[in-house]
Amino acid sequence: MAAHRCSHLGCVLLLFLSIILVTPSQETNVGNEQHPGVADDPRAGAETKQTAEEPAADERRWEETEVKESQQQVSDTAELPPKLQAKEDFQEELVIRPLHSGDIYASFQFRTVWETDFMKGNKVSHYRLFPKSLGQVISKFSVRELHISFTQGYWRTMQWGQPFIPSPPGAELWVWFQDSVTDVDATWKELTNVLSGIFCASLNFIDSTNTLQPSASFKPLGIGNVTDHRFLRYATLPREIVCTENLTPWKKLLPCGSKAGLAVMLKSEKLFHSSFHSQSVHIRPVCQDWQCKSPSWELRQALNVVFDLHTSGQSKREWSLFKMFSRTLTEACPLASSSKIYIDITDNPQEEQFELSPATPLLSQAVVLGDRRTYSVYDLTQQVTFGTVRSLNLMIRWKSSEGDMLRPLLHAERYVAGYGLQTGEIHTLMYNNHPFRSFPVLLLESVPWYLRLYIHTLKVTSKGKDNNPSYIHYQPSKDRERPHLLEMLLQLPPHSVTEVTVQFERALLKWTEYTPDPNHGFYVGSSVISSLVPSTVAMDTNITMEQPLFSSFFPCKEESSYFVRVYTEPLLVNLPTPDFSMPYNVICLTCTVVAVGYGSLYNLLTRSFQIEEPNPGLAKRLANIIRRMRGVPPL
Amino acid sequence: MATTEVERRRGQLAALSIAVVVIIVGVPLWWRTTETYRAWLPFSQITDLSKLQLHLSADVEVVFARGTLTPEQQKRVPLTQTQDEEHAVDENTVLRYTHEIKYRTATIMEEDALSKPTAAEADLSLHMLSESPCGSSVVYVIPEVSSLLPENVKVYIGQRRTAMLRMDAEMRAGKTVEQLLAVLKPQIKQVLQVMSFSHTDITAALSDRVRFNPGDQESMTHSMRAFTSSPGYEITFSLLNPDPKSHRLHWDIEGAVQTYIQPFLTKLSPVANFSVDSQMLHYAMLGVNPRYNNERGAYILHADSLAHVINPVEARLGSNAASSNPVLNFLLYVPNAQHSPIYIQDHKKMEVPSNAFHSPRWGGIMVYNVKNLYGPEPEFPVDIDINMAEVMGVFLTQLRLLVGMQSSPPPPGFSVAPCGSVGLADWELDRLMWSRSVENIATATTTITSLAQLLDQIGNIVINDNIAQQVSSAVTSVQLAVAELEAGNLGFALQYSKEAILASEKAFFDPSLLHLLYFPDDQKFAIYIPLFLPMCVPILLSLLKIASEVRQRYREKQAKKD
Repeated sequence: MAAHRCSHLGCVLLLFLSIILVTPSQETNVGNEQHPGVADDPRAGAETKQTAEEPAADERRWEETEVKESQQQVSDTAELPPKLQAKEDFQEELVIRPLHSGDIYASFQFRTVWETDFMKGNKVSHYRLFPKSLGQVISKFSVRELHISFTQGYWRTMQWGQPFIPSPPGAELWVWFQDSVTDVDATWKELTNVLSGIFCASLNFIDSTNTLQPSASFKPLGIGNVTDHRFLRYATLPREIVCTENLTPWKKLLPCGSKAGLAVMLKSEKLFHSSFHSQSVHIRPVCQDWQCKSPSWELRQALNVVFDLHTSGQSKREWSLFKMFSRTLTEACPLASSSKIYIDITDNPQEEQFELSPATPLLSQAVVLGDRRTYSVYDLTQQVTFGTVRSLNLMIRWKSSEGDMLRPLLHAERYVAGYGLQTGEIHTLMYNNHPFRSFPVLLLESVPWYLRLYIHTLKVTSKGKDNNPSYIHYQPSKDRERPHLLEMLLQLPPHSVTEVTVQFERALLKWTEYTPDPNHGFYVGSSVISSLVPSTVAMDTNITMEQPLFSSFFPCKEESSYFVRVYTEPLLVNLPTPDFSMPYNVICLTCTVVAVGYGSLYNLLTRSFQIEEPNPGLAKRLANIIRRMRGVPPL
Repeated sequence: MATTEVERRRGQLAALSIAVVVIIVGVPLWWRTTETYRAWLPFSQITDLSKLQLHLSADVEVVFARGTLTPEQQKRVPLTQTQDEEHAVDENTVLRYTHEIKYRTATIMEEDALSKPTAAEADLSLHMLSESPCGSSVVYVIPEVSSLLPENVKVYIGQRRTAMLRMDAEMRAGKTVEQLLAVLKPQIKQVLQVMSFSHTDITAALSDRVRFNPGDQESMTHSMRAFTSSPGYEITFSLLNPDPKSHRLHWDIEGAVQTYIQPFLTKLSPVANFSVDSQMLHYAMLGVNPRYNNERGAYILHADSLAHVINPVEARLGSNAASSNPVLNFLLYVPNAQHSPIYIQDHKKMEVPSNAFHSPRWGGIMVYNVKNLYGPEPEFPVDIDINMAEVMGVFLTQLRLLVGMQSSPPPPGFSVAPCGSVGLADWELDRLMWSRSVENIATATTTITSLAQLLDQIGNIVINDNIAQQVSSAVTSVQLAVAELEAGNLGFALQYSKEAILASEKAFFDPSLLHLLYFPDDQKFAIYIPLFLPMCVPILLSLLKIASEVRQRYREKQAKKD
């Protein structure tokens, strides 16, 4: 032992010397001998060898960890009973729908289901497929459901039909908290800050002035019958710009990252060169099986993109995976239990519209959005799919450009009317294109406090007649505290346009409340229209049946109708904008006025006044001069 | 003529009184209304803190077993003695160590305990007899002939706070108690160096305050390796699987953490809160391509390239979303099937037996080779169960280092008990608590003094009441912690020092301190110039006029006198 200690000292000296003499780095040996007496002691095992590199060069120095023999007690208890691990399942899917406008709609969905329970104070800390960052968020903030979406561009329902997962332009976040949360607002504030860090987005700008508690429009999509909307928070940021920095953290949440599977095609330079881009994350509890005794947690990541292949160069109507994503597929994500590509060929039963290559024998039918659609299926887990070239590059060549799209049964638009900077009017138009059936819709309007709604001017008309809402929930705004919330349940008559108008007054903001570019205008988030639209075919109500992911997002409760959510355009409203050098001007002007007043007062007070002899008049002076010349005494 | 004179005097008086009103009422009023709010800070107490005098004291009991003292000596054993040491670390920091040594003879029960066959058993039964408080230690002096300790071992340090010291011939030689104690004392001091605070530990803990001379290599490496003190740590175990196509990995991390890590953390809970989680990362590559070594038939990762290994992985580790405590990362890397096995080589081109390395203040990484777990022609993917005992042994060792356990080998002749299933002896915890208390106090004082300095230098920072409150509570906590250290109450000292560090950091990083930083005084003056210029020019002119008149009158008076 003594020798060992000496060598220790000697080595430190040697090391020191070598530094002073700037000799080339030297191998030093510190505490490398085996000591049988302390072999099973981690304390002795913790001796580490000093690396002989220059000591101050790296702040972070790497040291080898030396463990002498595994510890006694460790090997004693090495026989651990094998524990049943909660099942996790990962699926990935891509749906491609050729749109009649000539665009291509591609929708990626990734779904992780984990048979674990975040509720009831369960501490979950070991993650496998489920991303740790989101899991920690759910546990810490007692989240029951979380839906977040980032969208660039506006979904044109009239030309493109319904998307599988709708989302408004900008960022949207809605969260159901568990009923154990006591201070929902504080938790919400903290949650938005954390999410803003995770997704690199400005979600931290969500505060009480743009947070809503809708009473009916946003019901939980997972299991659980909590409908007390005190635990719901909803916010949109219509101005949020979505770009690569939001996509990268989103891709990081996938178990395979962007290294394998469908996610390899998510290249930002292609995805953002599109007409519409939307990415979202949805977390909710779902049933484990048909008995639904215990919940599983489902994480659904969706990415929807619409490519405008007409304008991007070639006038030929054809596309391929490589053209769209600049990548082809070579493998499925090895962690995925299913990995499929669906191509919508409903309008092309006899291949008269377009030609799909390579052809696949697999066909599948799914009821989605009230319609029975036929899909060609490519199963990436089968080697056969990739053929001899070991890579899959789907291609569609159009033959004719005919064909009409069915008009969507429900769509909506919104605009601001009026002139000047004082008042205005918001118009919301909802179209029911069903030829003979009327159906109810829930309209949610959220308007920031600086547009003061005159709710007495609210008018709902369809087909020229007043349409009385059967339910109205209106929460007036409070300045700088909360926005207006207007929810209405309306019946849309068949084949009609229903118009909702309300007048507003523009408020004057404080000078610090303006955005950096106030003349750009202020955004008002999209209205949300949720509806049960009558379906032409019977919907599947069996939730546990194996279904493609794109058709199973909104739970379906009855066969005759399906749920649709439509977002209108966000509004851009100009507010009266002051001159921002105003404070300085005010100070200067006031000072000048004060100084002028003060000057005259000062003069009055300090001048000494004397009675002056009045000057003799001009005539008298002239007379005096003449008199002086004459030698006569003056007057 | 008289009336004009009266008028003139009235004018002068008016000008004077306006000047007086402007100076006495106007200027202070303007000053007060445009001034930034600055709450009162205990500057004098903060300057006191910059001169830190730490007094550490610990109780030591020295118990003489039967057969170590002659009856004569027994009668004359002194009750207590104090050992004092003082070091001036630098001009502002003085350390004083006091060991209060109490001497007594062993009780009958202790004698029983000491007559157990092995030292470990004796240690255990002594512990059952009495629980010594945090920070104190007990040294049993046992006779030379005792069979408790093996031949070459002079001192045995137990799992708790007890040590056994064997009498040697030199002590026997001493006839009187004084002679005996004189021989015993340096040995006890050596024992205390291991079991209680040592000067190197404490100075290392002061690294936040005191700049080290470069000769102090050892303590510097140590202090740089361990994490700085924090109220909590997040421990993350990550399993990196770069090749999920060929390896399907299973690790029972939950059970392993329960068995190996949790007892250690429970024991450490007075020092900090720990939370443990784990994750699996697929397709996580190392930043370096290991080179193939033909002789070895394996891939070799050289120590020089270790620094580049982590960077690409770190981007995927993710920070803890739910807290802002520092994260300790432990990575288990299973090389992919094509680049397998991988061995780490140190600077002497020797393979590291544990195949693991750690980075100061970051965490550790272990390469786990699975190539030999399946045959030459396997059918991929292969299911692999990871041997958690092996892995956790390495990670526990790294965790001990990163948390700040001293790793210096015991002095010759010392035998240290293996630390049992907990992985940590009581006296080791005490040592950690000593150095953590000192470190916290040092950090808190530097934070507060630099904050006070900053606020003093930049006059137009707003100091809100809550900051003032945080600062004063930090100051009180530091003072309390110093007092508790002096009284020897280690647990309370650590508690107060933690509070001090929390309050000081909160005050230092308060966002309100940044608000008006860039609104300096000269701009304030510039804005108010339109008010001041027209106001002050007439006042100044009339004051000058009055002054010159007074002077003239005075001169006339002088002339008259002459």
